[in-house]
Amino acid sequence: MKILVCVKRVPAPGARINVTEDGFEVDSTHLGFTTSPHEECAVEEAVQIAEVHDGEVTVITLGPEAAEEQLRYAASVGVNNLVLLPIDEVDWDPQRTADALTKAITEIEISEGAFDLILFGNESADSGGFQVGIRVSHQLGRPIVNGIKNIEISDSEVEAHREIDGGFEVYKLPLPAALGVKEGINLPRYPTMKGRLASKKVELKTLEFSAENGGQKRSKLHRPQEQVSETVILGTGPEAAPAIVDLLEELGVLQ
Amino acid sequence: MTLLVLCDHDRGVVSDSAYEALTFAKPISDSENISLQAVLIGQGAEEAAKSIISFGVETVNIATHECLTDYGPEIWGEAVKQIANENAAKIIVSCGTDRGNEVLAHVAARLEMPFLANCRNIQIEGNSSSATRIQWGGSLLEDVTSNAEVQIFSVEHHSTDPQPLSASGDGRIVNFEPDLDSQLTRTLVVDRVVRTHGITLTTAPVVVGGGRGVGSAEGFASLEELAEEIGGVVGCSRAVTNNGWRPHSDQVGQTGTRIAPEIYIASGISGAIQHWVGAMAAKNILAINTDPEANMVTKAGYAVLGDLHEVIPAITAELRNRRNS
Repeated sequence: MKILVCVKRVPAPGARINVTEDGFEVDSTHLGFTTSPHEECAVEEAVQIAEVHDGEVTVITLGPEAAEEQLRYAASVGVNNLVLLPIDEVDWDPQRTADALTKAITEIEISEGAFDLILFGNESADSGGFQVGIRVSHQLGRPIVNGIKNIEISDSEVEAHREIDGGFEVYKLPLPAALGVKEGINLPRYPTMKGRLASKKVELKTLEFSAENGGQKRSKLHRPQEQVSETVILGTGPEAAPAIVDLLEELGVLQ
Repeated sequence: MTLLVLCDHDRGVVSDSAYEALTFAKPISDSENISLQAVLIGQGAEEAAKSIISFGVETVNIATHECLTDYGPEIWGEAVKQIANENAAKIIVSCGTDRGNEVLAHVAARLEMPFLANCRNIQIEGNSSSATRIQWGGSLLEDVTSNAEVQIFSVEHHSTDPQPLSASGDGRIVNFEPDLDSQLTRTLVVDRVVRTHGITLTTAPVVVGGGRGVGSAEGFASLEELAEEIGGVVGCSRAVTNNGWRPHSDQVGQTGTRIAPEIYIASGISGAIQHWVGAMAAKNILAINTDPEANMVTKAGYAVLGDLHEVIPAITAELRNRRNS
């Protein structure tokens, strides 16, 4: 079973995000970088599937040279092969990214055989375009479903569950297939010291592909207006309970 | 030329998100002077069409085909593409829900056009548009321009208040049978499993949220009790799901669920940005925290300073007292 995971290097979520003076990119001066959360779970899922189904996992990323850090991290948790598509600019637009990834995947498959399963993150934590995985899968002619929080592999198909309000939908895709994975599908493991050391020796393949911009262009990034709220302090400690219940009554939420 | 709005519905019941997209799209179709039309697909579309027409839409296109039995991202994308071609669509819109973004991405891939996900506003002139869309779940905004013969974008969920449209005359329903390859049924929903009957995170009028301050899985018992007493549900922050205290389906935030209850009671939650963007659509927020400087406290409309382990049980007790007296 051959599995490919497409990941993106993004500033670590959770911190306050500032923008550079020219407004063109995130100011990363005080930020650490990480693998986009949905994709970190996709890597973990691929490694778990490979463990059960005697598989081999490849992780690919399109990004700056520094994205080697995220590829090495993937190797440290059990990924076998690493592929970097280096770009100079901050970010390629979704169509250009998808075209380059499609070319790279096609070339890898020609020389090394087809992937049975390709995993993407549902959307990247930073730009949140919700489309690269779908565009790549469409160009490769493979089925894809997004929002997946459970994966079961059988002989020729993959059963995937997508969370919906109050339950989940079941999909059964013929292999080879692609899935967009969401955080919550698993709790990613931490790398062991042995894994970290071994990851340094994994070969990193670099591929370069040109691709045209699709027509979408960033003019600038900016922070939304801070919601300024005159916080009404209802009280301190458990003595505030009557004031809270008054508020709930006022809002009409008590049946 | 037309502006198509893909309207999501669950077996005939139109989703609020569809009305948000229609409300957002109306002024665009007016200013571009093109016809605003709705698109409905799947089982129950005829029922849904009646609601869409009474909302004020003049033309509803229903895709009918024996393969369109249920939701399927590929086959829906292909059907929308063909309806777009049939009607010379210049603009295709949906709400930025899981389904909306997924289907529009399939449409965009098939038409080889850009797709702007989760826009807050957009100006369209001819083949070019300039939009503001959200990044980082809403903690950052991107101004973006796009050049395309067909403008495809989704509207950030909960950013538009649905308002009935003022349409003249009676609505009409147009059935369209797309030419669909049965191979596309490979991504149809084959089954649905219901875990929770009744209210959920996205429908509850009250969400009782807990963060790192709750301290343990067991610590959520008092939140559960309060939620049950009010008729709400429990939510949590990413720190909580990362610690394995609650299932991920309870997570409120960028990588979890975006909620919009009447009131969100956020207890022991510092208010990291990725949590805030999942909660900011709540109509009211009450923060319970020991730290008066916590983000959640300074951003909330209401706050109580104190230990949630004392305050939450006190609210439950007060509610019971009033009910019994």
